[in-house]
Amino acid sequence: MKDIQSASNVNIVQAPAGFEGPGFFATKLDHVVGLARKNSIWPLPFATSCCGIEFMATMASTYDLARFGSERLSFSPRQADLLMVMGTIAKKMGPVLRQVYEQMAEPRWVLSVGACASSGGIFDSYSVLQGIDHIIPVDVYVPGCPPRPEQILEGVMSIQTLIQNESLRRRNSPEYKQLLASYGIE
Amino acid sequence: MDKPTIDQVAEAINEKFGDAILSKEQQYDFTVITIDKSILVSLFRFLYDDERFQFRYLTTACGVHTPDQPKPFTMMYQLHSLVFNLRIRFKASTTLNDLQFDSLIPIFSSANWMEREAFDFYGIRFKGHPKMTRILNVEDMDYHPMRKEYPVEDLTRYDKDDTMFGRDRSGYKKLN
Repeated sequence: MKDIQSASNVNIVQAPAGFEGPGFFATKLDHVVGLARKNSIWPLPFATSCCGIEFMATMASTYDLARFGSERLSFSPRQADLLMVMGTIAKKMGPVLRQVYEQMAEPRWVLSVGACASSGGIFDSYSVLQGIDHIIPVDVYVPGCPPRPEQILEGVMSIQTLIQNESLRRRNSPEYKQLLASYGIE
Repeated sequence: MDKPTIDQVAEAINEKFGDAILSKEQQYDFTVITIDKSILVSLFRFLYDDERFQFRYLTTACGVHTPDQPKPFTMMYQLHSLVFNLRIRFKASTTLNDLQFDSLIPIFSSANWMEREAFDFYGIRFKGHPKMTRILNVEDMDYHPMRKEYPVEDLTRYDKDDTMFGRDRSGYKKLN
């Protein structure tokens, strides 16, 4: 009996606001696309140190990132929507990370997990990149050293909010092109 | 063949290279011999080839920077005789104007990596090394980061408030 009960507790996302009648439903394309993208993010885990271990817990059964539509990790940047950078990025790793970002197709988002990826963390040293936002644009920062899986989940949920509310024209806007140009990307 | 004592090794070195031995001391269980850098290759060749000792394993080699010494740059080598289970350490120093040692690659192939590392971090050059380029740091780095005149902190960091963290750069003055 319990199994049937839990099956009935599954939540399905709410339809966006719109006009409904017999045999039709009208809403904004932005809303529909945002809803679909939000709940089907393919993350690329770029895990270099202990934050990556927390991410493994985030993917595993207790925290289960699959509940948010992200069970399918993409280890190829070409199919990934979300670049999750988790761990210390050495200066020598910088060009690699940047190339991974450049190989991702638009629309793409970046989640910077942990103190090291966000600011260099305790590694205030000649060999460590002092935050990945020196080389690629970042959408959401997750603080912590390392952050708990709940915090990583909250970061992903913040990314989801960004994705849901993003205008379909944003990636063609001059502001976005200017942002990429400030990083020297295309 | 009987196992020689470390004193017998030091004795043999002193006999053959006496003029170039600057000091011999005991640091914990390690015998440390400071030598003139001119005898590096011939000394290691002797210890490698001599059947009585057979020091055929270069455990480690690294650079050292001690700015307040008259010869501030040092190379430290540790040898291990796998046959007799003996270990010995050598140090050789030089000045900034003569920042070059002879490469040990003809005797120990493993010196290749360690000499490149010493070049990367201290700028020490090795005569006869086939590829004297950086090995660990980014290729376009324009200084040798383990030298004491450079701060450990990354200079591109801007989020640390100096008044809060007590970060004072005035202490780092250019040496040499």
